[in-house]
Amino acid sequence: MQPRTFAGALAVAVFSVSMAPVQAQTQAPTDPQIAHIAYTAGAIDVAAARQALSKSAEPEIRAFAETMARDHAAVNDQALALAKRLGITPEENPTSEALERQASETAARLAELNGAAFDKAYIANEIAFHQAVNSALSEMLIPNARNPELKSLLETGLKLFRAHEQHAEQIGQDRD
Amino acid sequence: MDWNRRAFFFAAPFSFSGANLARAKPKAHFLRISAMAFEPPPAGLRVGDEIEWINSDGFRHTATARNGDFDLDLMPGRRGRTVLHRPGAIDFYCRYHPSMRGRLDVRG
Ligand SMILES: [Cu+2]
Repeated sequence: MQPRTFAGALAVAVFSVSMAPVQAQTQAPTDPQIAHIAYTAGAIDVAAARQALSKSAEPEIRAFAETMARDHAAVNDQALALAKRLGITPEENPTSEALERQASETAARLAELNGAAFDKAYIANEIAFHQAVNSALSEMLIPNARNPELKSLLETGLKLFRAHEQHAEQIGQDRD
Repeated sequence: MDWNRRAFFFAAPFSFSGANLARAKPKAHFLRISAMAFEPPPAGLRVGDEIEWINSDGFRHTATARNGDFDLDLMPGRRGRTVLHRPGAIDFYCRYHPSMRGRLDVRG
């Protein structure tokens, strides 16, 4: 991989607007770490969707959030089943910790907003989040995945998250 | 009286001429959804034909016509059918993932 470390690349993408220091991880991620990062990213988006469903009254936003909750839960269920079958125990690592930290900051920021301001911030964050996760998947997680079934599930996830990213961008443009 | 025979007698010429005028019997086509995409639509679609949509993906999708002709909501592993009622191009997409799209070309 390029000059960046894997934690570094995800951090640059995810934390471009935040100060969160990320402990550099100089080695390529292992399969248990990759599984943990991908699972964490999915769980974060399910939680963001639940927040949107508790706050937004807009049918378009609610439908989008329902899709996010359903799809990310589905892919995470598939990931858990695969990990169990392969005997992989997802392993916490600095990148997944940084993702969680960033997500709780975002959730706290969005909790202060209401109505159209909330909807706008939620969609903007969904675009940024899916962009960051998609670059991490294509540049770091998929190339480093050793198990072919794990790699294949990550590739499926990338197709799904790209569709989500485009959907979020479309909603963002509609509401501009 | 032999009504069966008589019915056949009257009906037969009628159905023969009908067969000459009418085009081929309506066909059933399949259109699979997998890996976050619709397969390329089948060729040779005619009015009256049926499409069976098969969701082979691990996610819920819809097959939704932009002109309102059909809107199937398909859970993973499920199938649904639509009949083509009019000629022309029908653009379709998935409501949950609007970047998933396709077009049916239906001839009269
Ligand atoms: Cu879909």
